[in-house]
Amino acid sequence: MSAKQKIVVVGNGMVGHHFVDEMAKHEGYEITVLSAEDRLAYDRVHLSEYFSGKTADDLALTTPEHYNELGVKFFTDAKVTNINKAEKVVSTETGDKYPYDKLVLATGSYPFVPPIPGKEREHCLVYRTIDDLDAIQASANSGKVGVVVGGGLLGLEAANALKELGLQTHVVEFAPQLMGVQLDKDGGELLRNMIEGIGVQVHTQKATQEIIDGEDCVHRMVFADGTHLETDLILFSAGIRPYDNLARDFDLQIGERGGIVVNNECQTSDENIYAIGECALWNNFIYGLVAPGYTMAKVAADNIIGGEQQFTGADMSTKLKLMGMDVGSIGDAHARTAGAQSYTYFNEPDDVYKKIVVSADGKTLLGAVLVGDTSEYDSLLQYALNAIELPEKPDSLILPSAGEKPTLGVDALPESATICSCLNVTKGDIISAIDAGACDVAAVKSCTKATTGCGGCAALVKTVTDHELEKRGVEVSTDLCEHFAYSRVELFHIVKAEKIRNFDTLIEKHGCGIGCEICKPAVGSILSSVWNDYILKEDHLPLQDTNDTYLGNMQKDGTYSIVPRMPGGEVTPERLIVIGEVAKEYNLYTKVTGGQRIDLFGARIDQLPDIWEKLIAAGMETGHAYGKSLRTVKSCVGSTWCRYGVQDSMAMAIFLENRYKGLRSPHKIKFAVSGCTRECAEAQSKDIGVIATENGWNLYVSGNGGMKPRHGDLFATDLDDETLVKYIDRYLMFYVRTADRLTRTSVWLENLEGGLEYMQKVVIDDHLGVNAELENQMQAVVDTYQCEWKTTIEDPKQLKRFRQFVNSKAVDENIEFVTEREQIRPARGEEKRYKGVQIHTVDISEPEAETV
Amino acid sequence: MTIEKQWQTICHKDDLVKNSGVCALLANQEQIAIFQVKDEMYSVGNWDPIGKANVLYRGLIGDTKGDIYVASPLYKQRFVLNSGKCLDDDSVSIKAYDTRLQNDEVQVLV
Repeated sequence: MSAKQKIVVVGNGMVGHHFVDEMAKHEGYEITVLSAEDRLAYDRVHLSEYFSGKTADDLALTTPEHYNELGVKFFTDAKVTNINKAEKVVSTETGDKYPYDKLVLATGSYPFVPPIPGKEREHCLVYRTIDDLDAIQASANSGKVGVVVGGGLLGLEAANALKELGLQTHVVEFAPQLMGVQLDKDGGELLRNMIEGIGVQVHTQKATQEIIDGEDCVHRMVFADGTHLETDLILFSAGIRPYDNLARDFDLQIGERGGIVVNNECQTSDENIYAIGECALWNNFIYGLVAPGYTMAKVAADNIIGGEQQFTGADMSTKLKLMGMDVGSIGDAHARTAGAQSYTYFNEPDDVYKKIVVSADGKTLLGAVLVGDTSEYDSLLQYALNAIELPEKPDSLILPSAGEKPTLGVDALPESATICSCLNVTKGDIISAIDAGACDVAAVKSCTKATTGCGGCAALVKTVTDHELEKRGVEVSTDLCEHFAYSRVELFHIVKAEKIRNFDTLIEKHGCGIGCEICKPAVGSILSSVWNDYILKEDHLPLQDTNDTYLGNMQKDGTYSIVPRMPGGEVTPERLIVIGEVAKEYNLYTKVTGGQRIDLFGARIDQLPDIWEKLIAAGMETGHAYGKSLRTVKSCVGSTWCRYGVQDSMAMAIFLENRYKGLRSPHKIKFAVSGCTRECAEAQSKDIGVIATENGWNLYVSGNGGMKPRHGDLFATDLDDETLVKYIDRYLMFYVRTADRLTRTSVWLENLEGGLEYMQKVVIDDHLGVNAELENQMQAVVDTYQCEWKTTIEDPKQLKRFRQFVNSKAVDENIEFVTEREQIRPARGEEKRYKGVQIHTVDISEPEAETV
Repeated sequence: MTIEKQWQTICHKDDLVKNSGVCALLANQEQIAIFQVKDEMYSVGNWDPIGKANVLYRGLIGDTKGDIYVASPLYKQRFVLNSGKCLDDDSVSIKAYDTRLQNDEVQVLV
């Protein structure tokens, strides 16, 4: 076996992390991450949300657990100080050495602080890391006034942060206008007016000469024009500089004004060393946006595995919301291209400014500036990126829709059109996802990862997806079926709110017709989740699928299989013997299931009650293998027997299975409990997975095996028994209430707006204030549990239904078995004596017959 | 020679299950499914020509555009109860029988 290639990544910012995620997709590489920061990668794009309540954990892009799962080694507080290119080893400040085959520098950038005397004073800060934000917060607590130096994109974002911290906020800009890179003069002017309108003072054309003690505030900023401004806090946001010192010190080629020079493969001047993100200089340009960094990460990973992807530059168009104001900039915003002509729409009362820049021949869009209204951004960007021919009157694209407004149909987009630029997803990728079976926006998102970067393309992704689906004749409706113009969620609310207890009342009040095989079982399940009546009560019986009607799983020949519950897979020898005896007596095919219990096949409908009577007499109960309900809680023996177990997973599994057995839900639910991190019960592939830790339990949710495997998401860690059960109660009941019919928890969570994070807010923080209700509802279901088979065999009226014929004791002749490996199996067509329905002649000797 | 159809008495009306089906054996040993939908009764062959099993009486009852049907419990194809027509596959159909109540006895025209 050949040794794994060693990949060492220096830096764990957004781009470094993206590289790790890309690289970990490939086998045969040992990835080591060295980060100088004390925490793993987090989202710097949404950094300002730290002040609006998000925590460092919320912003985290990865976790130690995630890296462990990927098999990635990582070290924080590990600042690399030496690269030995000849021996291919890097070493850190503390002297630890890491040999590499390929080295990836993702060291990022640092904020540029202009060389102003006094810049070292206390409360003079930058805006880049979570630690910076903590420092800003601390400073803000002791002051009243804050100044941001720099009126670019980041500066305005920082100003917003200061404003949210309650400071009287100023922006000081050296240039004559705000956002000079992205906006033209008029756009910058409007933005300034709007920002001043919400109370942020803007000072343009101000060069700070020195910072000295203030009279009313901590500092006084003295400007070149003789004026001054007093403030308690100064934030520098005057651009970025690449962290390229490692490359400088160890002789990699550096650009004149900094940045590690890379080629189209993202390789530095040493072919075994790559540089990506804001530390890399490509074509004499440093990209300060995350999307080009992600592309570089992908290119570098591809080249390491021998691929041929190239980085060929990136579009710097941008759309964002600044202090509640929409701003967009595309391509050549300043009309610098030779012969370029502009169209402008300026609506001062409504604070809207739009400009498009078109080529000399008027056929292609070169650039655009949008302030106050960016609704046309998506289509303008597509015109620009794909050189789509402009309409005859290009200004119609930005004028208010007084008349006919040409809309860029998504059909006009070529398949190569980039829809999600963060993740580089094209229209062609979306079409392939749909061709491969994705049939809604959520499925397209999960397939392509589109919208998972900045999220700005969400609307376009939906439009393209819906359009492609429509082209394929897929109708997008959430109605349950033709009998109810409501979704399952809506029907659930109706049943609960109006206290409806049977199908007839519901369809009379809110539906039409008599129902069908779609709405009946769905409503049956809802009624059961809400009221938990015996499912074969006269009102409910006609709603159930055949499996529920006869409390068994129908097989291809019309016989049923029987599964007694074995909580946690635990069974006494006595019960095992009874199961064996029953199987022998009724000649049932016997097999151990994937859910750690035993399935007996080949029982005729008329045999079911007798079989269950024997099983129940031996202390067993129904396993609900036939229901859309809790199936099993798989487990390992945990600390009771295993040398490695850290908690009693067996007792927990049995407890959980007994608690949730009988809960009717939109689809089947599977659990597992593992007694230690070795995970023998495979809990991460289950709807609810519980894994023991030294301190309690880690809860995983919405995993799935089967057709579309999905790894469960870590929901909460180190829970005590009581909290674990509470969280599961809430999570499951929320799922039961809100999922569509026949939707497993995995798909449900992926389609849920806000996803895992939202569910954590709901379940852990009681974001919706419904937790008490969810728990009560679950408790009501738990308290009203009954073994359906026990109720059934005690009711003579029910027993009457378990016969093949109402007028004969004969058995169904079509059910025939042959023997294989010492057990029965259904006879195949050619093996059968019975040939289905034959042409029969009428027996005129029938005594009760009467001639018509 | 033509054979005239005759009413066969099958069972008591209490043997039926409301809004669901039961199975009965005709004199010629053929299996039929009898459904009670609200106050109406319907009889069809019990053999599922697609699933190839005697199971239709265990299917769910529904309606679409005025047709009342049973959906096979095996693969969900729908058969119209008063005609035997399959709504999902033109190539198959099942027999349908007239059904009536006579002195609380269920009778099928065979």
